[in-house]
Amino acid sequence: MARKKIREYDSKSLLKQNLKRLANIELPICSAQVTKSTDFTELLDKEKWLSARRLVVKPDMLFGKRGKSGLVALNLDFAEVIQFVKKRLGQEIEIEGCKGPITTFIIEPFIPHKEEYYFAIDSERLGCTISFSECGGVEIEEYWDKVNSIFLPTDSPLTNETIAPLIAGLPLEIHGKISDFMKGVFAVFQDLDFSFIEMNPFTLVDGEPYPLDMRGEVDENAGFKNEEKWGNLEFPHPFGRIPSPEESFIHDLNEKTSASLKFTLLNPKGRIWNMIAGGGASLIYTDTVGDLGYAAELGNYTEYGGPSEEEMLKLARVILDCATANPDGRKRALLVGGNIANLTDVGATFDGIIRALKEKKSELREANIHIYVRRGGPNYQTGLAKMQAVGEELGVPVEVYGPEAIMTGICNRAIEGI
Amino acid sequence: MATGQLFSRTTQALFYNYKQLPIQRMLDFDFLCGRETPSVAGIINPGAEGFQKLFFGQEEIAIPVHSTIEAACAAHPTADVFINFASFRSAAASSMAALKQPTIRVVAIIAEGVPESDTKQLITYARSNNKVVIGPATVGGIQAGAFKIGDTAGTIDNIIQCKLYRPGSVGFVSKSGGMSNEMYNTIARVTDGIYEGIAIGGDVFPGSTLSDHVLRFNNIPQVKMMVVLGELGGRDEYSLVEALKQGKVNKPVVAWVSGTCARLFKSEVQFGHAGAKSGGEMESAQAKNQALREAGAVVPTSYEAFEAVIKETFEKLVEEGKITPVKEVKPPQIPEDLNTAIKSGKVRAPTHIISTISDDRGEEPCYAGVPMSSIVEQGYGVGDVISLLWFKRSLPRYCTHFIEICIMLCADHGPCVSGAHNTIVTARAGKDLVSSLVSGLLTIGPRFGGAIDDAARYFKDAYDRGLTPYEFVEGMKKKGIRVPGIGHRIKRGDNRDKRVELLQRFAHTHFPSVKYMEYAVQVETYTLSKANNLVLNVDGAIGSLFLDLLAGSGMFSKQEIDEIVEIGYLNGLFVLARSIGLIGHTFDQKRLKQPLYRHPWEDVLYTK
Repeated sequence: MARKKIREYDSKSLLKQNLKRLANIELPICSAQVTKSTDFTELLDKEKWLSARRLVVKPDMLFGKRGKSGLVALNLDFAEVIQFVKKRLGQEIEIEGCKGPITTFIIEPFIPHKEEYYFAIDSERLGCTISFSECGGVEIEEYWDKVNSIFLPTDSPLTNETIAPLIAGLPLEIHGKISDFMKGVFAVFQDLDFSFIEMNPFTLVDGEPYPLDMRGEVDENAGFKNEEKWGNLEFPHPFGRIPSPEESFIHDLNEKTSASLKFTLLNPKGRIWNMIAGGGASLIYTDTVGDLGYAAELGNYTEYGGPSEEEMLKLARVILDCATANPDGRKRALLVGGNIANLTDVGATFDGIIRALKEKKSELREANIHIYVRRGGPNYQTGLAKMQAVGEELGVPVEVYGPEAIMTGICNRAIEGI
Repeated sequence: MATGQLFSRTTQALFYNYKQLPIQRMLDFDFLCGRETPSVAGIINPGAEGFQKLFFGQEEIAIPVHSTIEAACAAHPTADVFINFASFRSAAASSMAALKQPTIRVVAIIAEGVPESDTKQLITYARSNNKVVIGPATVGGIQAGAFKIGDTAGTIDNIIQCKLYRPGSVGFVSKSGGMSNEMYNTIARVTDGIYEGIAIGGDVFPGSTLSDHVLRFNNIPQVKMMVVLGELGGRDEYSLVEALKQGKVNKPVVAWVSGTCARLFKSEVQFGHAGAKSGGEMESAQAKNQALREAGAVVPTSYEAFEAVIKETFEKLVEEGKITPVKEVKPPQIPEDLNTAIKSGKVRAPTHIISTISDDRGEEPCYAGVPMSSIVEQGYGVGDVISLLWFKRSLPRYCTHFIEICIMLCADHGPCVSGAHNTIVTARAGKDLVSSLVSGLLTIGPRFGGAIDDAARYFKDAYDRGLTPYEFVEGMKKKGIRVPGIGHRIKRGDNRDKRVELLQRFAHTHFPSVKYMEYAVQVETYTLSKANNLVLNVDGAIGSLFLDLLAGSGMFSKQEIDEIVEIGYLNGLFVLARSIGLIGHTFDQKRLKQPLYRHPWEDVLYTK
């Protein structure tokens, strides 16, 4: 959903292909991607420049400050690159508190350079902010006051005149090249539904603009307009989020349906588990458990909207599997909550949950699960009555509340319970 | 944006992309509020025109349907709200087309997943033309007692519960549509209710923002206080902070930004709404709540305490004498829809049709209780499907194989027989496939193709009554009836019909008993003694063997067999089989581009 970060390798490939098409600018960049499935002989066969040039290699995994973390190697030959990669592939690292293995590298020609320019385009509600600085590079944050920005309203074109104040400090003879490049990148940005592009830095090679480092974000909602232009574009998980098999399963399920299904595992040993309907309400339930001081016991974040009975069954199974996985004799709580629905048939949604509960009867009892239900909306009376009845049938304690109860009241009940 | 009221009790909307339920919900709300005119003036359904019947209270009304936005706006110049139920793929284009109509002031976009760049175009156009966009990714909004967008506020019971049929004093705005409904309940519990409520939608760039609506509420005299429910992600709340700091808002604002839990997640998380993403510190719920509090909004310590501070703020306004007591009205009763009433068990209604052979209501269609997946996976054939749909049971494979052989044998009999001839003539007259097919089928009857049924009936009757072939044949002769299933135009006693031989061989190998066929052969032996062309023909063979199939399979009671023979199952077999040939003849003629057939004069005897 919405904005997705893409790999540097993809950002650069998309830029190279489309800059040619939209602005007739031939970008002389080359890049190659390496993962654990890469066969270096095949790669060399496809990318001949790898053996002909000195190289740079760095992780391509949506995190920054790679140079500062010692993860960028400069001026190597291909054999040294392979050695560098093999030593680090799969290695666990920590970046700003997030831990994870390195899985993907990008290899590029080593470009000795003088100029380091900063260039970024950021999509905002009323237009785009376009930023430029002569002092780009790894120290950009220290020179943040040297970054110039202009705001380009949505319906205005990017012209030499609008760019002029950004690049006023550059030698006059390169104004034309830099302006054309910026206009070209902006055209790609718009045509391919990017929401963010940053080059830090780009330089000049033989007088031609040449991006050394690049970050990109696209608007996933525009995927249907860009099927051909994007190709098989990958949306990697943010660094440090290695999805559990359960999370991947729900993620895949979500991709295939018009319903909304989200599941994030927070603490497999937690004793408070969420099964919450609605984007707004799911957030508030999770907040409330935190506000009450029980964040550490929270097993998961879950949100669902408009699922079919089958989809609800699958989501509920996953949550119940996790919630009952580590029984420790102590009481646990399952929050089946939600706001007062506008149009979801509450009775029907609960049918999927009830099927999952019946399947996991013994697990629920063994894990000492107590179920707290709160929901309103179409047909909620039927839904609540069914939940009450299934509790009696399975011998699992169930408390039900309707629209008259405060939405997050069951969080208190659950916490008192455990 | 700013300025004030968007809707009134006379506001009318155009509804894009016909959806029965949300429109009906709007009209029910209108009736509940005592509106004189329905709030939907017209419907736009691309490519369709006419009228849609809907209820306005007890009465049915016909709402005009237009095929284009332009036509609808021309026909309903006073309708100034455009409610867009298009999918995310087409919502932006239709919304832009609507915004460009001079009569349209407000566009509400329901679809979730509209591309950001498209929304930005809409925002820009709306800003420079003083129009309002609500959404995308929203349920809409409501002005209590006046006008409601689509599915906002859910069921009638809920609307009554929240007293949304008459205006209160609170202006409410949130991102979440689900939570807006929750808050209508909360606000109704602790204040005199909602004046207007808007859900701006969960996208990163909503068409109109929380602060846009707060500033607008500030200009509506009937709104005495505002309640805002924000969310982490984005910076919209800061425009509200600015407005508060600059003193642009002079009514109490009670606000809460949800998403304080984002800190529990180490890495970046995309929550339920597109806009709800843990970004930088500025965009966190904590920072926004703090900024709002410092700017003078009433901000509780948690969502749980939200209700209490709304209550306090309202009671303070009451004490200060700023709230005019609401005149309570009793809303009229909305007649319940039959479907809803039946579902809740309040009424029952007789059905008008009964069906026992198939059911299309579940995950997959079933034939006589057998799901489609079993039919395909277990390698059922057409004969098995006929067995399920005609006989409502799974017959053994030899029976269904026999049915398939009958169909193959009867599929066609050349272009000269009357059925095929009629089909050919019709096809050559330029008629369509179905017309050509039925013109051939309509010739099937006592003289063409109907003999299988009759053969089975007479053979069965004679055999069951124990008549000898002599008694049977002579008895028929006395009644002046030719024995059906006996006799052939070409075939003779010494040159049998190949098809008959094939059927007999199959039956001898697979059928447990062939008593009816043996009886038919005895009858043939007797008729052959009278004339050499009175052989058992294919109709007689199928008719008699079908009796053996029914009796020998042990799966039918005597009554069932009588009924099968009586109501024309065997004729059904012929009709089905011959349809294959007739369709073939139709295609053949069309492929050959044959002109209109005209029978030659020479071939007609003109006489007096």
